[in-house]
Amino acid sequence: MSDTQQQPYYVPHDSRWPVFGVPGMVLLAGGFSGYLNGTGWGMPVMVIGAIVTLIMTVMWFRDVVHESVAGKYNNQVDLSFRQGMAWFIFSEVMFFGVFFGALFYARVFSIPWLGGDDPATSRFLWDSVVLSWPTAGPGEMYRALEFTPMGAWFLPTLNTLILLTSGVTLTIAHHAIKEGHRPKVIWGLAATVLLGFIFMCVQSYEYVHAYQDLNLRMDTGIYGSVFFMLTGFHGLHVTIGAIALLVILFRVIRGHFTADNHFGFEAAAWYWHFVDVVWILLYVVVYLL
Amino acid sequence: MSATSHDTHHDDHHDHGPPPGITRWLFTTNHKDLGVLYMVFALIMFFVGGAMAMVIRAELFQPGLNLVDPHFFNQMTTMHALVMIFGAVMPAFTGLANWLVPIQIGAPDMALPRVNNWAFWLLPAGFVLLLLTLFLPGGAPAGGWTMYPPLILQLGDAFPFLIFAVHILGISSIMGSINIVATILNLRAPGMTLMKMPLFVWAWLITAFLIVAVMPVLAGAVTMLLTDQYFGTSFFNAAGGGDPVLFQHIFWFFGHPEVYILILPAFGIVSAIIPTFARKPLFGYSSMVYATASIAFLSFIVWGHHMFSVGMPLSGQLFFMYATMLVAVPTGVKIFNWMATMWQGSMTFETPMLFAIAFVILFTIGGLSGVMLALAPVDLQYHDTYFVVAHFHYVLVTGAIFSIMAAVYYWLPKWTGNMYDERLGQWHFWLSTISVNVLFFPQHFLGLAGMPRRIPDYALQFTDFNMISSIGGFVFGLSQLIFVWVIIKCVRGGEKASDQVWEGAKGLEWTLPSPAPYHTFEQPPVVK
Repeated sequence: MSDTQQQPYYVPHDSRWPVFGVPGMVLLAGGFSGYLNGTGWGMPVMVIGAIVTLIMTVMWFRDVVHESVAGKYNNQVDLSFRQGMAWFIFSEVMFFGVFFGALFYARVFSIPWLGGDDPATSRFLWDSVVLSWPTAGPGEMYRALEFTPMGAWFLPTLNTLILLTSGVTLTIAHHAIKEGHRPKVIWGLAATVLLGFIFMCVQSYEYVHAYQDLNLRMDTGIYGSVFFMLTGFHGLHVTIGAIALLVILFRVIRGHFTADNHFGFEAAAWYWHFVDVVWILLYVVVYLL
Repeated sequence: MSATSHDTHHDDHHDHGPPPGITRWLFTTNHKDLGVLYMVFALIMFFVGGAMAMVIRAELFQPGLNLVDPHFFNQMTTMHALVMIFGAVMPAFTGLANWLVPIQIGAPDMALPRVNNWAFWLLPAGFVLLLLTLFLPGGAPAGGWTMYPPLILQLGDAFPFLIFAVHILGISSIMGSINIVATILNLRAPGMTLMKMPLFVWAWLITAFLIVAVMPVLAGAVTMLLTDQYFGTSFFNAAGGGDPVLFQHIFWFFGHPEVYILILPAFGIVSAIIPTFARKPLFGYSSMVYATASIAFLSFIVWGHHMFSVGMPLSGQLFFMYATMLVAVPTGVKIFNWMATMWQGSMTFETPMLFAIAFVILFTIGGLSGVMLALAPVDLQYHDTYFVVAHFHYVLVTGAIFSIMAAVYYWLPKWTGNMYDERLGQWHFWLSTISVNVLFFPQHFLGLAGMPRRIPDYALQFTDFNMISSIGGFVFGLSQLIFVWVIIKCVRGGEKASDQVWEGAKGLEWTLPSPAPYHTFEQPPVVK
């Protein structure tokens, strides 16, 4: 028969890391809850939980990398990983969809309704308040907020270019890995990680600028809410993606990948492109429109 | 055939049995072990959630505040729902998928065995956080499982625990489902084309897609609750330009697919059981597949029917009303297909078949009350009454849970190698079926007469039906002890089951020995 006969589908004997790491996740979540409730034990428990969870993640990936390098994965396993990653990214798309949906709802429904389009609502809540996007909302406390919305020019546009360029450098690396041209892969990946790092620096600067100069904070009504939620979760994903690419860079240097077998690289690349596409949408609806 | 041969050793499996001791269960990557873990967890949670239901029915046995504090009553209604949905029904279905999908498609295991282990162990983690809230200052969540703001924001210390429990249970479901999709799409035996797959596999493929699509939506919604509570955002705060109704839209965009997540695998189970005991092939296989897919598609565009009374433009009400009524079409296709399968079959009525037939009849009652609720003008009357409670308990208890019980009776001989005690099974069935109708049918009348749900006290005219309902509830609760006894007895011994178990059973899993060996289909069978 085919090569399934020679090399069966790899099913690991046992898996120790989930049982080790899941209590860590309980501590992480429970500690964070305790912290939010204002208890003293919250923060330390959360830190312990985060460390345990991190150890789980690192050790689990280490096992998988060892098995991959040892050649235990046949093409069918590779395909399972591909499908797993693709569906994971789909779930992430749905997660971001919620926050884009909240922005859409606020701009198309709740702000116009509260601003008088729906007299039955606005008359009984905040009569004759005129609202238009961007706004912090009709309540007295929120109306009094003086803030400047984040413009698209100059830093966000620069960041868009940085992120788009990183997509190009990553694609160069991808073509190079298929051609087996390792120095070019290293160069392309390093450039991508560096651009991701610069993006995060600019983004951090923008946040400081928003809090210090624009009086734009998370509690600046609905505008501040969606701005920081969308850019914040995007930034978190850029960070995760950059760490993934950095790991892949070290693996490339160690020679883990071949021209035919480099799913680890591709998974991280898919993730990076996903983050890229989210940013383009975000740039248009949060900054431009 | 190669399916049952165990002499094909290779690097990774020098031993073919499970390792001894507790580590077998902690570290296992075996789909059968994980299936057992999922189902045992679900059974425990079924009794935890059931105990909460008993508190509710005991309080409602008579009018007046009798047994528990009203705040505790509200905690019970909220936690009963969360435990039953996320702790009992979903894990039970996932457990069945773990056990059955690989042996139904001829796969050596699940596609991502380590992820499988993680997805299971996240469940107890989530429930540690969720059940812990019962002991926190301010008590457990009491604002309804739907977690509507602003009410849910009044929750005490339990609030962040609730949010993170939902996150962790969401990760568990998503990981479990990604695994199921990858298994079905990638690990089918040669010749097992999509349109040859058993309907349980089809139903789970579609269910898993729904889970991957909507669990992140719930995660996003509760994340916004968290930031509204602790970080000053205004998503659901009108003063800041947000809208509490936005939460309802997002929640039900998750929530409606979620209720189909709770029922589609049931359709797959019933589609396996009825042909076996009618001794006829399933009528209309491909229409069953298309109907399941249609129901899944429609589930994304009907969420507004949960919110008719919140205030919605007329065009929105009309859209959601008609879209919801459309769901009755593919569902009707399924009901008629099951009836046509039984038509002129040489039927016998073993316990799984009894539960499956009860499913078809009683689920249809729940479906028809659903069509009534879909009508926007009359829903204004039914909204938040016991009619709604009756409706979704007919589809979830006599629907989802009856199908799970049918599945357990049907496949238990394959899992344990022993036949269950048929006499006890029949007792369990008849007691459950009679009592569940005594329990839920009067709630239709209570709802139509205007009794609101989630209230610990009621007006005197509702007394009789509430007493009847509570008696039905207690009998139903106690009857489930028979179920546990049947399972324990069957695991410990009994008449040996043959490989095929049921003379009319068809499919790859019945070609395996009973009990199914620890590793199966390491070399894929060829399906003709």
